[in-house]
Amino acid sequence: MKSAVIVFPAANCDRDAATALEQMTGKKTQMVWHQDSELPDVDLVVLPGGFSYGDYLRCGAMASQSKIMGAIKQHAEKGGAVLAVCNGFQIATEAGLLPGALMRNAGLKFVCKPVALKVEETQSAFTRKYNQGQTVTFPVAHGEGNYYADDATLDRLEGEGRVMFRYQNNPNGSARDIAGILSEKRNVLGMMPHPERVVDPLTGGIDGRAMFQGLIETLS
Amino acid sequence: MKARVFVTLKNGVLDPQGKAIGHALNGLGFASVGDVRQGKVIDLELAESDAGNAKVALKEMCEKLLANTVIEKYEIELKS
Repeated sequence: MKSAVIVFPAANCDRDAATALEQMTGKKTQMVWHQDSELPDVDLVVLPGGFSYGDYLRCGAMASQSKIMGAIKQHAEKGGAVLAVCNGFQIATEAGLLPGALMRNAGLKFVCKPVALKVEETQSAFTRKYNQGQTVTFPVAHGEGNYYADDATLDRLEGEGRVMFRYQNNPNGSARDIAGILSEKRNVLGMMPHPERVVDPLTGGIDGRAMFQGLIETLS
Repeated sequence: MKARVFVTLKNGVLDPQGKAIGHALNGLGFASVGDVRQGKVIDLELAESDAGNAKVALKEMCEKLLANTVIEKYEIELKS
């Protein structure tokens, strides 16, 4: 599996993502600057976590207008995989790759801790190596992770099996405890928790490994 | 031409910051304060003299960047 991580100014999880990908794939990950207009030939694009553009205007709003986003939209339209984590999830919703929006945490506090998630759906390259209903623990670190969409959109996401992860103890007020959702074509995953931070026991767990294994199996 | 854009959360979208402000005002003794909603004001200078053109451009700016219409609504005010 060939992968690329997009580098935005003030992103801070781009190298975590690259380290996780390189550890799991054994291959070099390409770092792509946000002002580039073309993607290299890759199977997976990662929109990493961080605070792109200092969260000016709204989290992810400025990054969603970056030059590289045109190429990412084309990649996604052609069925290419995109993993959008944390700020990446915010960018993906702002760019229209995923429905809904991420708002200020209901408790108004930045939440930084490991959280237990329930794997809701295994019908995707991202989750096929998990068991349905399995509990996994991923860290969250965000101030704006409160997922919002209107009821019709939420019903549709649930009806189409596109709610992939739910919080077991909702840390941010997200609608229907949603932690991660999939695009209509099932090739773009957006989630607030960080799978890339749990691939090495050194950093506290390995529950994220199965996500990368699923992607590698599907996309290689 | 100068313009002012107001961006606020849509009705029905929970505004935890507004709520916290309301609680703080109540705590300061302003007992009459009920619901509080917080928003943004954006002032722009435009190299445009036609109000109609300015409004069209500003609407596009709001839709594309200034507001996230999933959760926010906007109002445009022109000042000559």
